[in-house]
Amino acid sequence: MNAVSSRRAEWTTRLAVAGRVVLAAGGGYGLAALSTALLSLVLPLSRAEAVTSATLLSFALMVGAAVYVFAARSLGRAAISMAVLAGILGGTLWLVMKMIQTGSPA
Amino acid sequence: MKNGFRQSMAWLHTWSGLVVGWVLFAVFVTGTASYYRSDISLWMRPELRQEAAFSPEDLARAAEFGVAHLQKHAGNARTWFITLPSADNPVLDLFWRTKPGTPPSQAALDPRTGEVSGLRETKGGDFLYRFHFELHMPPIWGRWIVGICAMIMLVALVSGIVIHRRIFADFFTFRRDKSAQRGWLDAHNVTGVLGLPFHLMITYTGVVTLALMYMPWGVTTAYKGDNQAFFAESGQITAPRPPAGRPGTLAPIGPMVREAIATVPEPLERLSILNPKDAAATVVAVFEEPHGLSHEHPQVAFDGVTGAVVEVRQGGLKPAAKTFTTMVGLHEAHFAGPALRVLFFLCGLMGCAMVATGLVLWSVSRMPKAGEPAFFGLRLVQALNVGTVVGLPAAVAVYLLANRLLPVGIADRSGWEIRAFFGAWIIMALAALLRPHRRAWTEGAIAVAALFVAAATADALTIGEARFLGFDTALLVLAALFAYAARKVSTYAPPQRERRSRQDSPALAAASRQPAQAFRTQKVLNEA
Repeated sequence: MNAVSSRRAEWTTRLAVAGRVVLAAGGGYGLAALSTALLSLVLPLSRAEAVTSATLLSFALMVGAAVYVFAARSLGRAAISMAVLAGILGGTLWLVMKMIQTGSPA
Repeated sequence: MKNGFRQSMAWLHTWSGLVVGWVLFAVFVTGTASYYRSDISLWMRPELRQEAAFSPEDLARAAEFGVAHLQKHAGNARTWFITLPSADNPVLDLFWRTKPGTPPSQAALDPRTGEVSGLRETKGGDFLYRFHFELHMPPIWGRWIVGICAMIMLVALVSGIVIHRRIFADFFTFRRDKSAQRGWLDAHNVTGVLGLPFHLMITYTGVVTLALMYMPWGVTTAYKGDNQAFFAESGQITAPRPPAGRPGTLAPIGPMVREAIATVPEPLERLSILNPKDAAATVVAVFEEPHGLSHEHPQVAFDGVTGAVVEVRQGGLKPAAKTFTTMVGLHEAHFAGPALRVLFFLCGLMGCAMVATGLVLWSVSRMPKAGEPAFFGLRLVQALNVGTVVGLPAAVAVYLLANRLLPVGIADRSGWEIRAFFGAWIIMALAALLRPHRRAWTEGAIAVAALFVAAATADALTIGEARFLGFDTALLVLAALFAYAARKVSTYAPPQRERRSRQDSPALAAASRQPAQAFRTQKVLNEA
């Protein structure tokens, strides 16, 4: 391997690591936030209990997500799984909030 | 990442631990000290002496004094806080906030006369307590930084557990004489594994204490962002009463105090008076927590203008809310009696040691071979290590020392104590940069030991009372620990066997350049 390509490989690795850091922090928090918002509305508990349970759970979820991002085989794979999860959570949240708005005005 | 789960977790553990290590060390040290926050405050206000218990009548009168002082000096404040005196802490502490963003004001009164007390002005243990989660920054900044570091610490703990297949064996493994690096690794493992339940508990519950600030989105969707409504509905506070916008006159506080005491069996701890000049003024009497883990203060709310009881909050939390308050209670350990408190304190020290050994391990395992220059990152980490691990304890010692040495009457005395704290820290960190690395450790540890001895001596000479004997002894024990560490560092010689084998084996020498990796790879191989 010549010097140029080895330097390029080094930079690729560094960028991939930086990408994982950003994904673990931003993506991890985003997932935790979405799940908190969603669970607060859908858990079959009283409103205050649902919010408390969802919030307490969120930090474990974020840690799990961050560890997963660093354990995944590649950055791309991690990004796709996180995006899919966020999409499902976000979509469901949007639906639930729509239902609450149009459903019971109480 | 890299070559498999275990290796990527080893990488994650190394780097997540390093980037937040210094802040975590500061958080652990000040947090551990905060288990004795009230003892530190008592030591730092030696003019206070224990008194006979305060009767409900005494407390009612003290509250009247407090309100009179606040009417005169804090007329336009939005909220008044009055901490009532107790036999152990016989002072009436007042605290008020005028506007968000401006620093709160405070005063200490003699609870029997209502005069401004002759106590030396100090923040006492509260400074260390607030530093623990605000780092002496604007609260919003400090709390976010500490929260982010705590989350990264959780990641470091989880990845640390993953890379430890031999978690039980490592309980008993301490290979001090094998090589410097093995010794530090084992020290890190022992402090980390032995205290693991505590470390996990304290980090998670620490994040939970500020959960709604870090993760407000449940309240956003379910309560449209109204935190107060959430707290009230979950039963943690009395229902908020927004100001009416019309002026009102506060009813006499004495009868409210008497009625509150008659309602709740726990001792009355403090009063919050919200919107004191408004027609919808509210007085909330907050009591000590009943026996148990949960952080759950009974509260009685009064209509401030009529003096009638509006609400009584006492127990009855639902499971999730109870879980939340229990987590906060576990973190604060108010329930811990003297013996359990010592155990918490020791676990806290173990946390400090785990962070410190981890930081040192990072630098030791990247030590260049003889003759090779240290790379910049290593120099930086080494300097930050010394600057934090001995710099912060030195700062704490100087903070206590300043409390005894500064003249009692000077203006902004508590401010000068805090300036002494940071001044000492900065000097220690700069000195660490200027001195050779090994010398910096030795001299730093000696300085810390000398400063703790100085603080205890200054107390003996200026106050010299038997009731502070325990506290001063604790300071001397800390001094002895640092003196012992200094001696160990200065007399340490790397084991001969290891050195020879390194010279013999070029592969090992090469591996020692990238040892964190090599080490773990080797470990993983051994364990597989």
